[in-house]
Amino acid sequence: MFRWLSQTVTVIGVSLRSVPQRLGPSVVAIVGITGVVVTFVAVLSIAEGFNAAMANAGSPDTAIIMRGGSNAELNSALALDSTRIIADTAGVRRGENGPMASAELFVILNVPKQSTGTDANVPLRGIQMGAFDVRPEVEIVEGRLFTPGTNEIVVGRSASNLFSNLELGAVNRWGENTWTVVGIFEAGGTISESEIWCDAAVLQPAYRRGSTFQSVVARLDSAETFQAFKDRLTTDPRLDVQVERETDYYRSQSSQVRAIITGIGSVIALLMGIGAVFGAVNTMYNAVATRTREIATLRALGFSGSSVVISVLVESALLAVVGGVIGGGLAYAAFHGYQTATMNFQTFSQVAFAFTVTPALLVQGAIYALLMGLVGGLFPAIRAARMPIVTALREL
Amino acid sequence: MTENGAALVQVRNLHKVFKRGAERIDVLQGVDLDLQSGEFLSLMGPSGSGKTTLLNLLGGLDTPSDGTVTVGGDRIDKLSAARLSRWRARHIGFVFQLYNLLPVLTAERNVELPLLLTPLSRSQRKKHVATALAMVGLSGRSKHYPRQLSGGQEQRVGIARAIVTDPTLLLCDEPTGDLDRKSGDEILDLLQALNAEHGKTIIMVTHDARAAARSTRTLHLDKGTLATEGHDR
Ligand SMILES: Nc1ncnc2c1ncn2[C@@H]1O[C@H](COP(=O)(O)OP(=O)(O)OP(=O)(O)O)[C@@H](O)[C@H]1O
Ligand SMILES: [Mg+2]
Repeated sequence: MFRWLSQTVTVIGVSLRSVPQRLGPSVVAIVGITGVVVTFVAVLSIAEGFNAAMANAGSPDTAIIMRGGSNAELNSALALDSTRIIADTAGVRRGENGPMASAELFVILNVPKQSTGTDANVPLRGIQMGAFDVRPEVEIVEGRLFTPGTNEIVVGRSASNLFSNLELGAVNRWGENTWTVVGIFEAGGTISESEIWCDAAVLQPAYRRGSTFQSVVARLDSAETFQAFKDRLTTDPRLDVQVERETDYYRSQSSQVRAIITGIGSVIALLMGIGAVFGAVNTMYNAVATRTREIATLRALGFSGSSVVISVLVESALLAVVGGVIGGGLAYAAFHGYQTATMNFQTFSQVAFAFTVTPALLVQGAIYALLMGLVGGLFPAIRAARMPIVTALREL
Repeated sequence: MTENGAALVQVRNLHKVFKRGAERIDVLQGVDLDLQSGEFLSLMGPSGSGKTTLLNLLGGLDTPSDGTVTVGGDRIDKLSAARLSRWRARHIGFVFQLYNLLPVLTAERNVELPLLLTPLSRSQRKKHVATALAMVGLSGRSKHYPRQLSGGQEQRVGIARAIVTDPTLLLCDEPTGDLDRKSGDEILDLLQALNAEHGKTIIMVTHDARAAARSTRTLHLDKGTLATEGHDR
């Protein structure tokens, strides 16, 4: 066993030391795999970023209440008295300003993107002051909060960065009203930062919603009391509501988009990967061909076929991992933190997020590269070991 | 010729057929050979007569179509590829016409290669390598790479590599075929000394009658069989 190891290490050493003489094809294989890993990591970093934006959205001690069977805020409607009943239900945490709950509604605006000038959907959310108790992560970082009862708006940081004319002081005409940006808020990178907020009482008449809302968000006494709270609401004969934990709600709202991005990313990476594997196969056949006499000599001296197989696999795997590491590095340098927005078609609104290249993604990229290298090296390795020694020795 | 039984190498009725598509080439057609320990045998014969083929069969690089090969008491004609590989490492030293040194390794690392297949420790290997290089007169070149050596020196490294494990049999396929006259003569001197002074058993394929003259016996391969021609000089 030890001798097998030492001869294998020697054969690996010999093959790796001759890589510089086969630099051209080796670089081709590395570049191919680099390309795949860049794509792989970049696409999946979109899913990661989207995920992070959605996963941060909401907290487990917050409930979102909508009309029964509506599944998304957009399809929901709640009458004013329902929202009051909900806010007064036991289980909603109380603060200095009363129950920590906010009855909300939102409309979708068409706002041009700064980068392309094309219109995209941005939610304008009407809130009650309880919203700031429910979402303590929200913080006005520029300007001030809107004055209740006026057409003033505060804009989430990502929305302000991504869309035109949403900076502090900007005036926009949407529908029949003119809206003035009086503040910019941050919300810990959560989905709220992709939104524009105003007073619900102003938004209702502006968009002829009467006194209806779409949802109530409520901060609960604790995350553990959620079930009891839910049961209380769903058994209340005056109400027809569905109650979800906010974290679950956002997760389900983003599941399709996430699945699609991940799916598309994986398919692209797989197809490109197949191409790169052929590149690696080619490179390694070439390497084996150039090393024919060397391999035959080692075999003649008594080195085993398996040590030859392993040396070819190791070389191929190393080239691939080099490609994988370069690819991961490039993807990180080029895309990490890149701000963008995509349509969450489940809510018909834009979600702003950043490409997020996580360490786990880099490891996945490297493993994927390793896999491509091993698959690419397999057949050349077997050919190298099967090569009849006597014919190989005849080759010059 | 010689007494049988005790012969180091015994070849009986050896056949080797190559098939190339529909074509069938009967290269060896019943070769018999007995070689005593300590002999230095030259194999001659026209191009394509099967000298290399015979050498490969004796060295366990290939298996015969028919017949038996016994080396040092081991029947090697029916061994599996993996067993042959291990057997070669123990018993055979090959010297190639084109030296077949690994360009990425220094002379001493090239010579050390066969020792990696033995249980010797690193320091023991070092000692063996030094001895082998000294025997071929290249102690001063141990750190040189093949490209920094002349053809004659490369072949001496090749010989050092072949003898470093003290194999049962040294097989040389036209060891001077690629060398100028002077370097070739030095290689022949070396082989002769290894045979005469160190008792190495050697089989050497050569086209050159002058080279064959250095050996203790010469056989000719023709039309698939071996024949003694004339007398040893
Ligand atoms: N692997 C093989 N497949 C098919 N034919 C082969 C193979 N090896 C050798 N031959 C054929 O067998 C014959 C003998 O070849 P071999 O190399 O043994 O001759 P040789 O006496 O060493 O010749 P040379 O003096 O040119 O080296 C040749 O006709 C050669 O083409
Ligand atoms: Mg030959």
